Amino acid sequence: MGAGHHHQIYRRDDTFVHRLPPHCKLLAVVAFAVVVVATPRELFAVFGVYALLLAVVAAAARVPPGFVLRRMVIEVPFVVFAVALPFIGLGERVSVAGMSLSVAGLWAAWNILAKATLGVVASMLLAATTEPRMILLGAQRLRLPSLLVQIAMFMLRYLDVILGEMRRMRVARESRGFAARDVRHIPVIARSAGALFIRSYERGERVHLAMLSRGYTGSMPVIQDVRASARQWATVALLPAVALAVLGAAVLGTGAL
Amino acid sequence: MVSGETPSLEVSRLAYAYPDGTQALYGVDLSIARGERVALLGPNGAGKTTLVMHLNGILTAGHGTVTVAGLPVRGDTMKEIRRRVGLVFQDPDDQLFMPTVREDVAFGPVNMGVRGEELERRIKDALDRVGMLEALDRPPHHLSYGQRRRVAVATVLAMEPEILVLDEPSSNLDPAARRELAEVLRSLDVTVLMVTHDLPYALELCPRSLILSDGVIAADGPTGELLADAELLAAHRLELPYGFAITERG
Repeated sequence: MGAGHHHQIYRRDDTFVHRLPPHCKLLAVVAFAVVVVATPRELFAVFGVYALLLAVVAAAARVPPGFVLRRMVIEVPFVVFAVALPFIGLGERVSVAGMSLSVAGLWAAWNILAKATLGVVASMLLAATTEPRMILLGAQRLRLPSLLVQIAMFMLRYLDVILGEMRRMRVARESRGFAARDVRHIPVIARSAGALFIRSYERGERVHLAMLSRGYTGSMPVIQDVRASARQWATVALLPAVALAVLGAAVLGTGAL
Repeated sequence: MVSGETPSLEVSRLAYAYPDGTQALYGVDLSIARGERVALLGPNGAGKTTLVMHLNGILTAGHGTVTVAGLPVRGDTMKEIRRRVGLVFQDPDDQLFMPTVREDVAFGPVNMGVRGEELERRIKDALDRVGMLEALDRPPHHLSYGQRRRVAVATVLAMEPEILVLDEPSSNLDPAARRELAEVLRSLDVTVLMVTHDLPYALELCPRSLILSDGVIAADGPTGELLADAELLAAHRLELPYGFAITERG
């Protein structure tokens, strides 16, 4: 397959994780996330097992930990929110290193951090082992709303084109002596953004005409079908199934106590 | 066989005004025989693009008719019309909207219901005809501009059209890409209507030319003759590039 332009997320390799059909992986990640979210926050050990499961997948896909960690920055907004919770939380308070923290806030922060991190890492692994284009084929195969899949597909195709236009507009601005330095320059940047929006909108209209000219009637034809064997399904099911089994065992175990 | 005599394209008294009232076409008459390569010349704003949009029913005629190989352009014939008329847009980034070349070339035929081996044959055949078979699995944005233009032609060829309509095919091409595209177009055995104001390119590729000016066909004849008529060209804001002169042969 041709090189995608999102190398920063996708990691080209040929492990069995890479080769698994995209819709299977997509479904497995969603199922895993559901199990993670459904896990009571008190079960620390279970979260540890989940992390271990992801580490096994990462190792099988030859995705180094650093690769995942560097891309964890998208989680930062959640982290900031989570860190604030123990301070602004109400109710019973404990003193940690001289700071008075809310117990409920601490639990909430842990809950958000643990679950978000596991979810983000699972999605990272999906993105690292599946070309963006294939993820969309998988989404199409899973009958996700076709309009949303199409929008994502066009975003993928036209991102470079639009970034190129943005670059040319910046060069044109700077060639005439403009450089954005402080807030007074915001109106200029805003006008450029507006112009870029109009240009992209007009391109959208032209693309639509080109699609109509080749017989488009509202739904994207399935050109490259992705199929999965029972064995591949069984393989991807392992991740959420093991997670669920561990959760089940833990819940039963604590219930029996 | 009747189709031997039926023109590939017949436009009769076609008139069109945009919704805002601007009249773009004032009764266009033209006929293109099967296998002909014809250039549609005209200055910017002459109505060339408006005319092209009528050929596959994207715009519907205010008055008059468009017939493609005997089939009138109407609501109920649209699907077949869009198969018969292959429109190649000016900007290949508008034409190539799928993630890979293969999927883009497949888009038209799949919409027409082509599947399986026949689909594969059409994809390979179309790309082979424009010399781009090796780009099969590449994303369009990794190709050069000239290559993208040729793939754009292939996306339409895969629909096995009756007539190929090209909007400014030589624009933004460097001389080598321009020559390569000319070679491709010359090698195709389909009817071609080429919309352009690149007069040397029209002369190189099209034995016959039409001049569209102010919404009507102002001239129709052998390209060499039209381009040698300096008065005619000047009257319709057409000019040969500096240093060019057409000397009629034979």
